[in-house]
Amino acid sequence: MNLDDIYREEILEHNQSPRNYGHLEHPTKSAGLLNPTCGDQIKLDLIIKDGRIEEICFSGQGCSISMASASMLTEAVKGKTVDEALSLVSNFKAFLAGGTSDVPLGDLEALHGASQFPSRVKCATLAHNVLEKAIADSTPEQ
Amino acid sequence: MITALVDITEDFPILKRQINGHRLVYLDSAATSQKPQSVIDCITKYYENTNANVLRSVHTLAEEATVAMQEAREKIARFIHANSYREVIFTRGTTESLNTIARAWGDKFLKEGDEIVLSPMEHHSNIIPWQQLAKRKGAHLRYIDLNKDGTITIESVKKQISNRTRIVTLSAVSNVLGTINPIAEVAKLAHEVGAIMVVDGAQSVPHQPTDVQNLGIDFLAFSGHKMLGPTGIGILWGKEALLEASDPVIFGGEMIAYVDRENATWAELPAKFEGGTPHIAGAIGLGSAVDYLNGIGMSRIEEHSRELAQETYQRLEEIPGVIVYGPPYPRTSVVAFNISGIHSHDVSQVLDAQGIAIRAGHHCAQPLMRWLDVGSTARASFYLYNSGQDIDALVDAIKTARRYFKL
Repeated sequence: MNLDDIYREEILEHNQSPRNYGHLEHPTKSAGLLNPTCGDQIKLDLIIKDGRIEEICFSGQGCSISMASASMLTEAVKGKTVDEALSLVSNFKAFLAGGTSDVPLGDLEALHGASQFPSRVKCATLAHNVLEKAIADSTPEQ
Repeated sequence: MITALVDITEDFPILKRQINGHRLVYLDSAATSQKPQSVIDCITKYYENTNANVLRSVHTLAEEATVAMQEAREKIARFIHANSYREVIFTRGTTESLNTIARAWGDKFLKEGDEIVLSPMEHHSNIIPWQQLAKRKGAHLRYIDLNKDGTITIESVKKQISNRTRIVTLSAVSNVLGTINPIAEVAKLAHEVGAIMVVDGAQSVPHQPTDVQNLGIDFLAFSGHKMLGPTGIGILWGKEALLEASDPVIFGGEMIAYVDRENATWAELPAKFEGGTPHIAGAIGLGSAVDYLNGIGMSRIEEHSRELAQETYQRLEEIPGVIVYGPPYPRTSVVAFNISGIHSHDVSQVLDAQGIAIRAGHHCAQPLMRWLDVGSTARASFYLYNSGQDIDALVDAIKTARRYFKL
């Protein structure tokens, strides 16, 4: 195992300087999840208008993989429609399961090294599961 | 330099493995210990030569299997100074043993308004069975305050014990802090108010001599796999009178005396608590593990575990940015730590790349993590096959991790 395959430069960089970290004052959707095996937790706040993610912030604590993945995800989906975001999430999960993605993943591709370690796949997909949960939340959009 | 108590490569085949191009440095024995060749051989031989169900059939194999399992039970009884083999019940492990006490004794004797005293350093398996029991009965949990360094004083125990206390339960050794709790003194306090004293011995029985008579306790739970035995086998020890008074919780084969269409009566101890075909190979394997431990001597193991943990604490504390939890002394077998700026999972991953196996996470002790105000910790834990060389490897790897994450 080469550590550099897991901890790609992009991951260390996002972990050190996370994008969109914090809370939104008036989110239209919020959700959080806990990874019970390690105690990591991530919360997402979103503002969705007319089916488009206008704002997204994440908060919580976790390992570099889960923090970097959350940071990358918020960058990737900001400005996208809800359908595009959900498609990105499912493509990313397929990618980590050893498949290919039909949509460009951008920085998220750097997380490929985690796919060798089932326990780290949970870290890499935690924020993605939170996003799915937030979008599935039945609270009406404003 | 602290040396291993055993010939590593001779007795522990797994320790010959290379992990990611490095010698395996196994520092996760608090999660599960590695197994000596003698235990592996004992289990193999059982399946090759003896395998049969116990206590049932009348044929040579069945007789031999029954005798072998009984011998294992008697060895374990002597190992913890039980009064009789009847007090030694085979379970799947510490978790099942503690759940059994909560069901068998708790459901029968606990009443609304009664109190259960425990500590916030307990493993989830010594919290949740009592939470559930308290909910079923309308009883209350009372938590002992910890000192700043995670230790327990008798004064803080006294504050929680009252004449409403019916159960006091405590780990003998914390699986995170490595602290050694004053079990005998707490047992006295429990008995003064008529409560029973339950002990989670998962981390203590593998690492120090255990004498349930001297401790003056009522129930003890521990696991085979943390003391060189196989997984899936553990022990519930209880005072015979208490086990006699308690009700069985698993009903079915071999735990009965007489059964008709509407009713049943229970078998004698220990069968009363061992419904279903037991883990025979596991029980015999655990007996073999006890032989191996006795061959080395529990007092030597105790000294070795404490030396390793205390030296590790000191060495880790000297590294900039490393926070070590619990007191420097006395402690045994486990050292929990964090590296400031690196999550424990990442620490574990970087150490694994150097062949070092540690645990990262909440160690099934979320209330303690909250008390420590951390999400998780890394944890190095030791056993008789570890040496000062392993501590050196850990220290070097932590320094490498800090460089890797540019700290």
